[in-house]
Amino acid sequence: MTATLENTSLSTLDAAVTLSGVRKSFGHGPGAVTALDGVDLRVAPGEFVCLLGASGCGKSTLLNLVAGLDAPTAGSIELTTSRPAVMFQEAALMPWLTAARNVELPLRLAGLKRGERRDKANELLSLVRLGEAGHKRPHELSGGMRQRVALARALASTLGSAEEGTPGLLLMDEPFAALDAITRDVLQAELVRVWQETRTAIVFVTHDVREAVRLAQRVVLLSSRPGRVVREWTTADVDHTALINDITTRLREVISGHAAA
Amino acid sequence: MATPRLDNDLAAVGAGLDALDAPTTERRPSAGKRFVRTAVPPLIAFALLIGVWQALWAAAFWPEYQLPSPGSVWAAVAEAIRTGRALDVLWTSVHRAVLGFLTAVVIATPLGLLIAKVRVVRAAIGSLVTGLQSLPSVAWVPAGILWFGATPSTIYFVVLMGSVPSIANGLVAGVDQIPPLLPRVGQALGAGRLAQARHILLPAALPGYLAGLKQGWAFSWRSLMAAEIIATSPQLGEGLGQYLHNGSSLNDISMVIAAIFLILLVGVGIELLVFRPLERAVLRARGLTGAM
Repeated sequence: MTATLENTSLSTLDAAVTLSGVRKSFGHGPGAVTALDGVDLRVAPGEFVCLLGASGCGKSTLLNLVAGLDAPTAGSIELTTSRPAVMFQEAALMPWLTAARNVELPLRLAGLKRGERRDKANELLSLVRLGEAGHKRPHELSGGMRQRVALARALASTLGSAEEGTPGLLLMDEPFAALDAITRDVLQAELVRVWQETRTAIVFVTHDVREAVRLAQRVVLLSSRPGRVVREWTTADVDHTALINDITTRLREVISGHAAA
Repeated sequence: MATPRLDNDLAAVGAGLDALDAPTTERRPSAGKRFVRTAVPPLIAFALLIGVWQALWAAAFWPEYQLPSPGSVWAAVAEAIRTGRALDVLWTSVHRAVLGFLTAVVIATPLGLLIAKVRVVRAAIGSLVTGLQSLPSVAWVPAGILWFGATPSTIYFVVLMGSVPSIANGLVAGVDQIPPLLPRVGQALGAGRLAQARHILLPAALPGYLAGLKQGWAFSWRSLMAAEIIATSPQLGEGLGQYLHNGSSLNDISMVIAAIFLILLVGVGIELLVFRPLERAVLRARGLTGAM
């Protein structure tokens, strides 16, 4: 497992999550589908990683495994964080709860007292600039606002289970894919701001190369059927336009590789 | 990543989007207007009905013992109210219906949850419970009389057979219609099985459950009337059904129509006073006001 790590200063100890040789197949026998095959990935505490890939690369499967919603067929996933928070493409707010109550829900499940819950929820709603909208119901909010409430709720779920000092981990499954371009642009910037303020590690799944390069410190390209790590890029000190071209070219190669098969 | 100035611009764009994209909420009309809109049309319809009835009676197409005048029916109702008989009759029937309905809720709620969440139970009795809903509960009256005699047990038995399937089915439908993402979100937020049921499943299934309760009430009321009309004995006292039955035995059409009027009045009254406001509150909180 540590063989894949060239940099000696990085051990499992300062990883938020370490995946080694993770394999996941669905079904049994000849009809079985392998979604992920031998995925090794390390995310440092506070790091922002984008997983990039075409359809069928098992991005969502990977997130479900890390979130503990599903178990890997082989390999191991080690978390040093509190329970990871998950955000989906849909906000999936509980329609019978106000925005503030939605944010409070994970805190309530974690057994926090009412006053604490309320303070924390207010704090998180202000963080996503919705301090004034706490009393509103999901149907009274726009798509972008709902996704921000979902972000606040996700943050609450990782904070709610956190003891002092444990870093958070936020898993995001194409959270902005269903939004219009301007809203997406604003939310991407908001997400970076929130990430800088909370210093939680983020694993962000997307199929949009621009989005990946704009947001992440590190972009990980996955192949499709089965998903494997093809290549990684860091976005610091690189010309973004050139990097986008580079990644897009590589992504196209991966996709066209499937046409022959 | 951004200078403070850019950050402020971003906040402004974000705030602008929020203001533009947030759905505009319609302001509720004033109480007076709402009253005019909801109460006046049915009152006019009712007045028209009475008018037509009066005209038909005046035309004397049918003999008096088949079509009484609205006035004589009203006299029968007024007489029953004045002597206190109406109150006794109503009390007997309504308290039976409410007791029966509450018992049905207590039985049907766990039953519905079991059918909805346990696959074997659904396979075994799911279709049976759905089928029971289409069986007129009056069909149980003869069996009830043979089993329990003409006692209150028969009445409650028939009421339960009528309302339990409706309530259970409503709850099953409510649980089935929960978007699958919500329980997954609950799991991701750290909800165990019990917390999942308490905080996610039950509130999410509430609209379907309420619809089931409403139908369950209608079925208990109906079944009760059927049971009271057929099963009459001194032991059972006089409920609305017996009152109707007596009217028929006495060839007193005014009394029969007065009884039908009272049966309708209770049904509509409970619907308007209990279920409509409940359903409205639940649906409005979820932004599902289209049908209201």
